[in-house]
Amino acid sequence: MATVSVRNVWKTYGPQVVLENLRLEVADREFVTIVGASGCGKSTFLRLLMGTEQPTRGSILIDGKPIRPEPDPARGIVYQRCFLYPHLTALGNLVLGLELKRSRLLGRLFGAKRRAAMQEAERMLEEVGLATARDRYPSQLSGGMQQRLAIAQAVICQPKILLLDEPFSALDPGITADMHVLVKRLWQEHGMTIFMVSHDIRESFELGTRILTFDKVRNDPQAPEAYGASITYDIPLKRVRATRAPVAA
Amino acid sequence: MRRLINQRPGRGERLALGMLPFIVLLALYVFASQLRLAENPDDKLLPSLSSMAERVVDYAVTEDVRSGRRLLWSDTWASVKRLGSALAISSVAALVLALAIGVVPRIRALLSPLLATVSMIPPLAVLPILFIVLGLEEAAKIALIVIGVLPAMARSLALHVAELPEEQIVKAQTLGASTWQVALRVVLPQTLPRLIDALRISMGAAWLFLIAAEAIASTEGLGYRIFLVRRFLAMDVILPYVAWITLLAVMADVLLRRLRAAAFLWAEPPR
Repeated sequence: MATVSVRNVWKTYGPQVVLENLRLEVADREFVTIVGASGCGKSTFLRLLMGTEQPTRGSILIDGKPIRPEPDPARGIVYQRCFLYPHLTALGNLVLGLELKRSRLLGRLFGAKRRAAMQEAERMLEEVGLATARDRYPSQLSGGMQQRLAIAQAVICQPKILLLDEPFSALDPGITADMHVLVKRLWQEHGMTIFMVSHDIRESFELGTRILTFDKVRNDPQAPEAYGASITYDIPLKRVRATRAPVAA
Repeated sequence: MRRLINQRPGRGERLALGMLPFIVLLALYVFASQLRLAENPDDKLLPSLSSMAERVVDYAVTEDVRSGRRLLWSDTWASVKRLGSALAISSVAALVLALAIGVVPRIRALLSPLLATVSMIPPLAVLPILFIVLGLEEAAKIALIVIGVLPAMARSLALHVAELPEEQIVKAQTLGASTWQVALRVVLPQTLPRLIDALRISMGAAWLFLIAAEAIASTEGLGYRIFLVRRFLAMDVILPYVAWITLLAVMADVLLRRLRAAAFLWAEPPR
């Protein structure tokens, strides 16, 4: 369960207004795609959702509660460039999340617990089609494989909300299609609420259940920093979601 | 004929080219030494290779009349012990400092100005203080080396920690990591190969401070011996000692490089 309410959120840096008066209600398991010109605050919005930055005014609530002002396991993230841990193998990168959660002191599991975590991670590797890359380091994987691993790494910790920051824009078009299938499947299987920033409008329509465009409503040519972007279009894409929780009869 | 920038030596040629300057220098030395010895057989400045070999036997095989020890080995052991303990202390301290400074912003604000200032103190200028406070025994010598190499090591490691992408740290938090876990599982393992690099770079300075400390107050050690026999212009002892110190330093460097390659496969540049 993860509904998100964005209540009159402003983000300014000194005199520069980046986001003005965002208002948004997102239902559980929605797949929200966000498009807009570069520099219009899409990534800033994602950082606000992540908690690495705080709104200047207004508030963001998850399931009715204010979000923590720092990243936490309720919100996973996949970046445009992969930030995998170079010192861990593909399997190690996945096991890490489980180990951090289950061993607060050492961040390492041993014995039966470790074997269980490894099995879980191996299942996840299979799910994203990386079973053969199990023992390879990220630097030995192709761009597409790295991004699959990054997605798996975020999903294995079962976040309620998954943030995707232009996750496919650095990949070849051929690989992107595979990635769409993968993300859609994981979204349906794991029941997450997803926010995806993208500059590819087709992709946004294809994946999202709801598409938002960010743009400046007002513009002062003499002072371009005076007005920020807000949500100019909010289009629900009518599509039946496969694993939508059945309505109690 | 290909351009010079495109002519790459093969394996054998590389080896031969690498050896060449050593052979030339050695030949020059032998030639100059023979010239001087022909003029004056008692010349001490450029002793012949054979007389140096005799002295090496004296120091490495024959027991010293007064102490009953083989001086080359007892000197080496004394020096290596000092160097090793100083580098071990420096490594652990540098690692702890760099992690704390790199991971926790408050500790960075607290300690990094201090570290930047301390690293500017000329270590040899504090040597008298060390001798006064810690006495003339081992502690002062080890402390000098630590003071000489620790600040630079800690700063270079802290800099490396700061260069880790912010996204790695954010992502660890989304995986549920605490500050401690970020330090332990994300930052520490990525800092270890850099620690070995920092050690290799610090090795020259460490030897410098070791020999300085031994020259001033010591009763054994490689640096002590060199400065002792200097009084008799004993080039036939000094030169082999210098060569031996160089060899030890080279071996330490090779060992560290091997260790890095073997222990941190992921950190090796792709071939």
